[in-house]
Amino acid sequence: MIRVVIAAFAVLLATLPARAESDIQSITTPGGINAWLVEEPSIPFVAIELLFRGGAAVDTPDKRGATTLMSGLLEEGAGDLDAREFAKARDTLAASIRFDVSSDSLSVSARFLTENRAESLALLRSALAEPRFDEDAIERVRAQVLSGLQSDLKDPQSIVGKSFNELLYGDHPYANNISGTIESVSALTRDDLIAAHRAAITRDRVYVSAVGDITKDELSTLLDTLLAGLPETGPALPDMAEVNLPGGVKVVEFETPQSVVRFAQPGLPRDHPDFFAAFILNHILGGGGFESRLMTEVREKRGLTYSIYSYLSIADYSKIWAGGTASANDRVAEAVQVIRDEWALLRDNGVTQQELDDAKTYLTGAYPLRFDGNGPIASIAVNMQYDAMPLDYIASRNDKVNAVTLEQINRVAAEMLDPEQLTFVVVGQPEGLDSTID
Amino acid sequence: MRLVATCLALFTLISAPARANDHVTNFTLDNGMEVIVIEDNRAPVVVQMVWYRAGSADEKPGASGVAHFLEHLLFKGTKTLAPGEFSQTVARNGGQDNAFTSYDFTAYFQRIAADRLELMMRMESDRMVNIQLDGEDILTERDVVIEERNQRVENDPSGLYREQKNAAMYLNHRYGVPVIGWQHEMTQLTLDDALEYYRTYYAPNNAILVVAGDVDPDEVHGLAKTYYGVIPPNPDLQPRERAQEPRQMAERRLVFRDARVAQPYVSRSYIAPERDSGAQEDAAALTLLAELLGDGPTSVLSQKLQFESNVAIFSTAWYTGMSLDDTSFTLVAVPADGVSLQEAEDAMDRAVAEFMEEGVDPEHLDRIKRQIYAAQIYARDDVGDLADEYGRALTQGLTVADVQAWPDILQAVTEDDIMAAARSVFNRDRSVTGWLTKPEVTQ
Repeated sequence: MIRVVIAAFAVLLATLPARAESDIQSITTPGGINAWLVEEPSIPFVAIELLFRGGAAVDTPDKRGATTLMSGLLEEGAGDLDAREFAKARDTLAASIRFDVSSDSLSVSARFLTENRAESLALLRSALAEPRFDEDAIERVRAQVLSGLQSDLKDPQSIVGKSFNELLYGDHPYANNISGTIESVSALTRDDLIAAHRAAITRDRVYVSAVGDITKDELSTLLDTLLAGLPETGPALPDMAEVNLPGGVKVVEFETPQSVVRFAQPGLPRDHPDFFAAFILNHILGGGGFESRLMTEVREKRGLTYSIYSYLSIADYSKIWAGGTASANDRVAEAVQVIRDEWALLRDNGVTQQELDDAKTYLTGAYPLRFDGNGPIASIAVNMQYDAMPLDYIASRNDKVNAVTLEQINRVAAEMLDPEQLTFVVVGQPEGLDSTID
Repeated sequence: MRLVATCLALFTLISAPARANDHVTNFTLDNGMEVIVIEDNRAPVVVQMVWYRAGSADEKPGASGVAHFLEHLLFKGTKTLAPGEFSQTVARNGGQDNAFTSYDFTAYFQRIAADRLELMMRMESDRMVNIQLDGEDILTERDVVIEERNQRVENDPSGLYREQKNAAMYLNHRYGVPVIGWQHEMTQLTLDDALEYYRTYYAPNNAILVVAGDVDPDEVHGLAKTYYGVIPPNPDLQPRERAQEPRQMAERRLVFRDARVAQPYVSRSYIAPERDSGAQEDAAALTLLAELLGDGPTSVLSQKLQFESNVAIFSTAWYTGMSLDDTSFTLVAVPADGVSLQEAEDAMDRAVAEFMEEGVDPEHLDRIKRQIYAAQIYARDDVGDLADEYGRALTQGLTVADVQAWPDILQAVTEDDIMAAARSVFNRDRSVTGWLTKPEVTQ
C-alpha cells in the first residue's frame, strides 16, 4: 500500500548532473544513424533505447490496433526461429528486449550483457527486420489483445480514458484506443500486420541512445548492423488535433462504488515562450507530490480522494492541461467543485513568492536525481532527441526554471487557466453531478 | 504475452534477486538498530529507507488496517514538525518521499541529493518516537485511506477476489486479512488504535536503516549514531511470534461473481514454506519450480495450455519466498474464448500432472539459471531496488548473509530438488481454488 500514486507525468526531462552531462557524446555512424552515447563500463552490460516516431496514430481508420498487435508479435517468431525457439534464444542469452507502442511512437528497450552482445544484437535485429507473423502466433496474441479489450469495457479507468479521448478528439486518431476495437482487431489479417510493420519501423524516424559498457566504435558498428535494410521512410503522420473542450461535465453511468474522473483544458507546446512558467504553475497546482494545491485541498484537507494530479501533456498532435482523480460516488461532486474552485482561485490570485521559490527549489534539485542508472539515462537521452532538444539544453534547463518571475507566472495563470473551459469526464454513479455535455 | 500481463496486473512474476556484495556494508548500533549501506557512486543521489519489523500481520484483531493507517499519519507532524512539513522539507530540497506497508513490514523512504542525507536522518529519526496527532487529522486521513481502498479494491473485482481467496487460504494467520484493512473495521479505526500500534512497534531495536547511493559507509555510520543511536530501545518489545497456521486438511473452493468481470480466470494457491534464515534450499527449489511452470512462453503451463492446445490465453505460476511465515505457491489459467473455467482448471491440473511424470527439462533449467546470473548484473543499475531487497529480507526473518547466499543457493538447485519440492507442495488438502467470473444469467 503505497501512500500515494506518484504521478509520472512530468513533461520536462530532468537534467544531468554535471559529470553525466559532459559524458554524453553525440555520434553519427558511417551508415548515417545519429545516436547519443554514454560510455559507462563499470557494470558489464549496455542499455539501448530506440524510439520510432509514428506509433498507433498512423493506423488507418479501418485498421485500428494494427501497430499494437504487430508489436506484440515481434518476439513471437523471427528469421529462422519460431516463437518458442526465439524465446529460448533470448532466455539463453539472458538479454532483455521490450517493445512498447504509444499513440506517437514505437519504442524498443534492450539490455545486453557484454559477454554475448553480438548474439543478442543479432536476435534483436531479427525481431526488428524479419518478424515471421506466423498464423498460430497471430491468433495467440490476437486472443490476448481481444481479452484486454473486453476487460476495458468493464473497467472504470479504461472507460474514463475512452470517453475522455472520444470527447476531446472526435475524428482524430487520438480518439482511438491504441489497441483498436474488438471489431477492428478481429478483422486484422497477416498482410495488415506486415504493412503495419513496414510503416512503423523506418530509418528516417528512429532516435537512438546507448548507455553502458560499449565504446563509440562498437556502438557505430552495432547500430549500422541493427538498422541496415529497414525501410527508409514511413507513411504520412497525422495532423494536429483540434481539441474539443466545451467545458462542463460528461457523466458516463457505470455501476461501481468510486467515480473515476479525468479533466482537461487547453495547454501549450514546449517551444512556447511561457512554457516554463506554465510548467512551474502546474507543479504548484497539481504536479508535485503532497504539496500541490489540489493535493492539499482535495485530499489533505477534505479527505475526498487518495490520488489527484494534473499535468501538461505535450503529445505530438495535441497540447492539453489535464488531470485526474477518483472519489466515492457520494463525494465526487464535491471533489469536482473543489477542483474548479482551485482553478479559478489560481487564475484570479496567482501564486505566492514562497510557492514559486519552493517549486523552483524542488524542480532544480530533483533534476539531477533522475540520471542515476544506465537505463534511466538512456531513456532520457532518446526522448530528448525525439523532442529535438539540443545536448546543451541539459546545462541550461535549470536556468530556464529559475528565470521565471512571479509577474510572469501570474500573468500566465490569468491568461491560461480557464475554469469555464475545464472539461470533466466522470465514470461511475456520481450523486448530485449531472451531464452538461452529450 | 506482455499485453495480457499488463491487463492482469496481479500476475507479477518473481524477479530473480541479485546483489553486489562488494558494495554492501552492515553494522548494528548500540540500541539494536541495524544499518545497511549500499554504495553506488555513479550519480550524486542517495536513498534512505527505514524499515520497521511490523506490518498488518502484527495488528491486534479487530483493528485491521491500522498499520497502514499509521503509515499515513506519520506524515502528519511531530513535536517539532508541523503537519505536512516533513514532505514539504524533502521537496524543498529537491527530493521525493513516500512510504509503504505490507504484511510483515512498514517502510519509509526519501530519494534526494546525497549531501542532504543528514537532514533526512534528522527528520526520519524524529518521527520514529515523536509523532503528535490531533483528532481532526485522524478523521480526514481515515477518509483518505477509505478512498484508497475504494481505488485499489472496491472498484476492482480482482482486488475483491484476492481478498476473499486469501481469507480462505489462511485458517489462523493474519495473512488472511488484507493489508489495507477490512472495510467495516478501517472505518472504525481510532487515534488510540494508531498510537498503541506506534508505541508497541516503532523503536530503534525494531527497525532497519538502509542507505543506498553516493555515500561513504563510515560517514553513514557516524550520522546514524548521531540521529538514530541516541534513541533508547523499547525494552518491552516482544519476540515476533504471531498465530501460526494449523495443519491444513481440507481443500477449499470459492467462486466470486461480479458484473464487472469481463475475463474470468481460475487460480489455485497451495500453502508453501518460506525462505528461512540459514535454510533457504526448499524455497530456492520452489522459486525455480515457479519459473519452470509459469514464466514466459517456454514455461510448462504456457507450452501445454497456450501452444500445444488453445485452452488458455494466459497462464502463470508464482511463489513469493520472502515472507516471515508460511507463504503460498499459485497457479493461474485464463481460459480462451469458449473454454469453461472447469475445463481450464482441468487442463491446468493435467499440465502439472504431466510435468510430475516428465520431470524437469535440463536445458530449460539451464536457461533459467542463466537469467538469474544476468539479473545480478542488471540489478546493479538500480541501488534503490537493492535497498528494497535488503529491507524486505531483514524484516522477514533473513540476514544480510542470507541475501548474499541466495544466488548461489539458486544455482545449486538440482532437478531432483525441484521435483521433491513440487511433490511436497502440490497437496490439494492444503490449497484454495478460486474462480473469478461473471454473475450467472437467470431467465
